[in-house]
Amino acid sequence: MLKEKLLELRQQALSTIDSADELKALQEAHVRFLGKKGPITEILKGMGKLSKEERPDVGKLANEVRQLIAARIEEKKTDLEARLLDLKLESEKLDVTLPGRKTVPGSHHLLASIIREVEDLFIGLGFSIEEGPEVEQDYYNFEALNLPKDHPARDMQDSFYITDDILMRTHTSPVQARTLEKHKGVGPVKIICPGKVYRRDNDDATHSHQFMQIEGLYVDHKVRLSDLKGILTVFAKHMFGADREIRLRPSFFPFTEPSVEMDISCFRCGGHGCNVCKGTGWIEILGAGMVHPNVLRMSGFDPSEYTGFAFGMGPERIAMLKYGIEDIRHFYTDDIRFLKQFYRA
Amino acid sequence: MLVSYNWLQDYVDLDGITPEDLANKITNAGIEVEHLNYPGEGLKGIVVGKVESCTQHPEAEKLHLCQVNLGSETVQIVCGAPNVAAGQKVPVATVGARIAGNVKIKRAKLRGEVSNGMICSLDELGFDHNYVPKEYADGIYVFDDEVPVGADALPFLNLDDALLELDILVNSAHCMNMIGVAYEVSAILDRPLHLAKPHVEESDQEASEKIQVMIADPKKVPYYGARLLTGINVKPSPRWMQLRLIAAGVRPINNVVDSSNYVMLEYGQPLHTFDYDQFGSERVLVRAAGENEEITTLDGQRRKLTNEDLLITNGKQGVAVAGVMGGENTEVSAATKNVLLEAAVFDSISIRRTAARLQLRSDASSRYEKGIDRNRVVSAADRAAELLTQFADATVLRGIVDAGERTVPDCMITMPWQKINQVLGAQLTLEEITGTLKRLHFSVETEGDTMHVSVPARRFDVTIPEDLVEEVGRVFGYNHIKATLPEGTSAHAALTPYQKARRRVEALMEGTGLSQVYTYSLTTKESVASYAVRNQEAAPTQVIWPMSEEHAALRQSMIPQLINVVHYHLNRQMPNVKFYEIGKVFLPVAGAARPAEEEHLAGIITGKRSERTWEGEANDVDFFSVKGIVETLFDALGVSSQISYQPAKRSGMHPGQTADILRNGEVIGYVGALHPKVEKDNDLNKTFVFEVALDALIRHGELGITYQGLPRFPSTTRDIALVVKRATAASDLDRVIRKNGAPLLHSLRLFDVYEGSHVADDEKSLAFSLVYQDPERTLTDDEVNAVHEKIIKACADEFGAELRG
Repeated sequence: MLKEKLLELRQQALSTIDSADELKALQEAHVRFLGKKGPITEILKGMGKLSKEERPDVGKLANEVRQLIAARIEEKKTDLEARLLDLKLESEKLDVTLPGRKTVPGSHHLLASIIREVEDLFIGLGFSIEEGPEVEQDYYNFEALNLPKDHPARDMQDSFYITDDILMRTHTSPVQARTLEKHKGVGPVKIICPGKVYRRDNDDATHSHQFMQIEGLYVDHKVRLSDLKGILTVFAKHMFGADREIRLRPSFFPFTEPSVEMDISCFRCGGHGCNVCKGTGWIEILGAGMVHPNVLRMSGFDPSEYTGFAFGMGPERIAMLKYGIEDIRHFYTDDIRFLKQFYRA
Repeated sequence: MLVSYNWLQDYVDLDGITPEDLANKITNAGIEVEHLNYPGEGLKGIVVGKVESCTQHPEAEKLHLCQVNLGSETVQIVCGAPNVAAGQKVPVATVGARIAGNVKIKRAKLRGEVSNGMICSLDELGFDHNYVPKEYADGIYVFDDEVPVGADALPFLNLDDALLELDILVNSAHCMNMIGVAYEVSAILDRPLHLAKPHVEESDQEASEKIQVMIADPKKVPYYGARLLTGINVKPSPRWMQLRLIAAGVRPINNVVDSSNYVMLEYGQPLHTFDYDQFGSERVLVRAAGENEEITTLDGQRRKLTNEDLLITNGKQGVAVAGVMGGENTEVSAATKNVLLEAAVFDSISIRRTAARLQLRSDASSRYEKGIDRNRVVSAADRAAELLTQFADATVLRGIVDAGERTVPDCMITMPWQKINQVLGAQLTLEEITGTLKRLHFSVETEGDTMHVSVPARRFDVTIPEDLVEEVGRVFGYNHIKATLPEGTSAHAALTPYQKARRRVEALMEGTGLSQVYTYSLTTKESVASYAVRNQEAAPTQVIWPMSEEHAALRQSMIPQLINVVHYHLNRQMPNVKFYEIGKVFLPVAGAARPAEEEHLAGIITGKRSERTWEGEANDVDFFSVKGIVETLFDALGVSSQISYQPAKRSGMHPGQTADILRNGEVIGYVGALHPKVEKDNDLNKTFVFEVALDALIRHGELGITYQGLPRFPSTTRDIALVVKRATAASDLDRVIRKNGAPLLHSLRLFDVYEGSHVADDEKSLAFSLVYQDPERTLTDDEVNAVHEKIIKACADEFGAELRG
């Protein structure tokens, strides 16, 4: 009698569980069949009324039925949860090809990037970075650099004077004179000096009244022109490619003797001749030379003990050559469409 | 300096050396050949023709029918030149020829008459009209002497020449003449130099009987020589001389002027010729001009002089501005018979100043400025006398009448010869070194390790041992020197703390979306003082001769330029931009010509915070966007605790949306919105800016880092909302909360500001989140409550703050 009831309950429970399609129905099934007031509990409670012979069989069956139902509920629950998760995931589906929320960083100015690259190279070679005033005394800008007043190489017309004695520096060389002076005749002095300089030029595609310069200076015992050649070779390869060669051509600067211009083999054509190198295979990059003894002497160094080399380059020119930029004014117009192109420079 | 390849061969054998070779070798030895031109390039089929007859064209008044003998045939050519005549030898472009501009000559009919070619003007053969002699300026060229009919005309017009344009720098002034270039080329090619000594036939009459020379100041006029030439016949100079002058860029005038110009080009010695009959005395006195003394120069201009100018006088009045320009009163004319020829040396600085002040830079003055060969002055006078004898029928009076030193000694340089190797880093032998110096025609004597080099005055640029290092290096060739790396003291190098911090600032600015710009330091006088972080009492720093009004004075702030940059972008449909600049501002100092220079950081933002995307409209940038940028910066530099903000009224800024930025109580910058009026004037949208004195911010570099262990005990978070008067500054509440929360209050964050219906009209509610923590233990509720109550009470006492229910 009870056995039949149990078997019937089992049948009912299993079919209720199987047909449940949400967690709530399973919950209800649990309460209905296995709850404290449920039929199986009732049967187990009423076991005392059974005969000794019947009791073990019915008890066993009742427990089996209860466990089976509990197991089936659990099984069904896992099943339902998995299906619900699938549904939820399905509903969360995105068009993963839509653009993400980017942070748009600003760009580093190309000239700043070039200057930084040169700075980092020369720091690695033991050069410190020195800076100086942009409004300079005539003495540091010219006289201390072996350009006395009335020297034909200096022309009032080319400089922005503030007074007869004060002007916008025309090159970063005064930083060299100032730094030498600070060292009071004792080397080594090993510096590079980046910065803005000013000349009385009309702004056009190739001229700018304000531009950048980077100068280098190395003064020590027994510094040779061949050392200059070595350092400049390292520089040329670093900035323009490992297979670059350099050549030094004699030139003139009042503050160096001998003076040279450095050309690099053309990075476009490799030296065969193209429109970048104007068919010569070589590109003029910078001016350099051995520091003039008058410059050393005037800044307190004894030229019989010390020699040195100096070089100066224009970041604009380097940038224009490297990227084929056709107009120097772009650097100061600051069009964002120009600036952004050199984000990775 | 234009150097004729053909002319150069008078002095150095160039056999086997093409103009290209020569140009490369000269460039590589230190004087850059900027251009190499072939004046006859592209010309073809130009022959010497003889005009056998010349008759009027029957149909055209201005045209002539010429029968022209071309050697192999005689053809008819129609010619419109006014100066064509029978018997002339002329350059003829035959049928099929190419003339200047690559124009092809075809057989043509002109008003019914056949023309088999064209008789050419010099312009049509490619000569620059500015240098064409006056007699040929409006017509065809006519050969003046025996040239073979039918021959190729180009060599007779020096159109088979090549012209090397040398870029003469200060140290290569010795190459501003053909003889100097010849010395250089002789050294470079290691070939002999051929210089002819001028030969002068002098008459028996002594020049000194007719002229005397006196110099007032021998320091400014080391030498003045005069020759007298009589019986001169002024006429055009010979063809070869005209063509050489034209090649050098000098227009032929007449035989007298041309001869002196020719000698200047050949010897580098400027000469001047006076009409002796107009000279007004028999005495040359060279003296300083009187203050405001006047002279009318050759160009007809009345010039006022100063006592810095040197004046050639006849003892009474000026006849020439020394070394710069002659006087109109003694100018050589077609009627001139007797000439006083001046060959002098003037102080280069004096000439430079005078030429600059009078704005009269000439071939002569530029040579005096850069220096001339002191030892060539007498032979230059002789050379001119020789040419005038040959080509102007002159009689040369005996002797040069002069004052001052005719010659100067060589410059002696004594040095250890090994110094050349030490400085170059080369291993040249003594023979290689002395050999190179001898190629330059320097004499060398050696004495053990020492070398004595005697440098002639024509190389006035070589005076010290280092100059000889260069001479050897450049002639020997720097390409023969092997690269080395310095062997000296090894130096440690690193960015200074300031430089390091500045790089960090750049990275931060770019991280917040601002792009770096560089603008000009020189700006307009009007805008220069606006937007300065600190107003300056002294007048702005200005340049004496600005190139334009745009760049006349030194900026005191970068904001005006940044406004221009934004304006530029708005004009080009780019309304959403953000920029920053790091650069110097120049703050005038009372009583000093030099301004104080400060490095500042400035930024400008406008438009949307970011572009509109598929997620919807982006928000506009506002005050708190720009303030967030500077706050991020101060956090990153570790100085936020020293920074405070104060409402500020600044010219050009929005009066209610601008704050001064203070570090430890000192104003170091500001942040805020531009004044709407400024925005309107500049066609800007809502725009926000900041400027901070970077030196003041990172003067001592970045702050050091002090490590603190991680907290081992939990924190407690409490939120409070305080209702205060609207005028109460959030920063004041912040300060009071922090002060009363110490030391347990670990951090404080404002997370809500409410104004509206739930509070009174003049009130607002500020909600803060407070985090309490003790590094040593877990705080109890009672402890936290005690501090929390204290904070609330302090806020109530100071600001009348009430807890929002």
